[in-house]
Amino acid sequence: MTGFLSVIRRDLRLAFAGGGDVLTLLLFFIIVGAIVPFAVGPDQELLSRIAPGVVWIAAFLSMLLGLDRLFRPDLEDGTLALYRLADLPLSAVIAAKVIVQWLTSALPLIVASPFLAVILTMDLDTFWRTVLSLLLGTPALAAFGAFGAAVTVAIRRGGLLAPILIAPLCVPILIFGIGVIAPLGGPGQGTAAMLFLAALSLMALALTPFAAALAIAWGRSRAPP
Amino acid sequence: MSIDTTPKMNWWNRLAHPGQFVQWTRPLIWPLVALTALLFAAGLYFAFFNSPADYQMGDTVRIMYVHVPTAWLSQFVYGTMAVSALGTLVWRHPMADVSMKAAAPLGAAFTAMALFTGSLWGRPTWGTFWEWDGRMTSTLILLFIYLGIVALWRAFDDQLKAARIVAIFTLVGAVNVPIIKFSVDWWSTLHQPASVFTADGPRMPGSILTPLFVMFFAFTFLFITLQLVAMHTEVKRRRVMTLERKAARGDAS
Repeated sequence: MTGFLSVIRRDLRLAFAGGGDVLTLLLFFIIVGAIVPFAVGPDQELLSRIAPGVVWIAAFLSMLLGLDRLFRPDLEDGTLALYRLADLPLSAVIAAKVIVQWLTSALPLIVASPFLAVILTMDLDTFWRTVLSLLLGTPALAAFGAFGAAVTVAIRRGGLLAPILIAPLCVPILIFGIGVIAPLGGPGQGTAAMLFLAALSLMALALTPFAAALAIAWGRSRAPP
Repeated sequence: MSIDTTPKMNWWNRLAHPGQFVQWTRPLIWPLVALTALLFAAGLYFAFFNSPADYQMGDTVRIMYVHVPTAWLSQFVYGTMAVSALGTLVWRHPMADVSMKAAAPLGAAFTAMALFTGSLWGRPTWGTFWEWDGRMTSTLILLFIYLGIVALWRAFDDQLKAARIVAIFTLVGAVNVPIIKFSVDWWSTLHQPASVFTADGPRMPGSILTPLFVMFFAFTFLFITLQLVAMHTEVKRRRVMTLERKAARGDAS
């Protein structure tokens, strides 16, 4: 457990120490949201109708954008090789990294979402539902993202490949995430969507670290262990 | 007393040798080609000349004879890939890699064909080329997954390493595909429900079912033939790459 916590502590310190990656992602999230009115016109009614979708797309894109920094720096400075030799199973290390990824690339977006809600004229009820659906859905995005990053880390120029591989797998998250905000097909469906979203997040968090660890271990060694 | 640890040479192990595999399966190709051609000839004859036009949809119903088999193959090929991925991960069978790699572009092609014929059929019957209906959407996402897998194969230099990673991704995709299908169905549904395999028998007249089944087998055998040829090509490509590498090192004998 101490190893798990120290991986979290190390990655958090690295994320906030230098480079300002967190701030860059946050800025990207806000700019994507703010650019939409230029594309669809400043019609308040239309904007408030599509606002939850815009917030979700912005969050989705910024989380995909941050994928490549998940394992690549560790691969380049040799930390990943050390992780593989450590007492802590590689899947636990990856679970810790997923948690850090969520804390540094999803939580700031949720904190910043009131700004987008204001400029896209979201009403208060929709805003709270959006925050709830982001809280429930982003862990699954982070977990799938970690899997995508693990699959492509062995490729030298794999930066663009991970988002392409992961985006189709994330469709259910988007569908249920929007389903929480704008219930389709009558009352009760919003709750159903919320439960599905939570189930997806839990399942993704529980299973993807193992798949990601397998991908990293087998991508590095010539002969499978 | 010593324990014999040499692997037993049963047919499964022999098949693991790429040269043996090619040698054993080469005689199958021409019969398969002939069978496929025969099935297509019969199927197309039935589809164009010996089946009635639908009383509602008219002649456009004939698109079904291509659309339904390719849509079936879009899922069957993924199943082939998932089984091959298991073969790679569990038994590390060398030909499973090759089968997985050969199937990916074929699956993408059949899925694209199903979508293309579907939108051609949708225009006269639903009045639109594209509708965000559950089954169409999940097929489109399946196409994206196929294309992602093809891109992943191409991104690696070392094909043995690629095989293991693609196998993991294929299996994760296989777990995800039913979830995607369910979520998309929940989201929007317009397609007709299953009408061939239902509890109380097919809800189609025999005159339409016959060409459908013949075309169904024709396309399935087309896939099997193409898969086998693509596997042979891949085996040869790897051999050429090995020889090139040897030549570059200067120790080709």
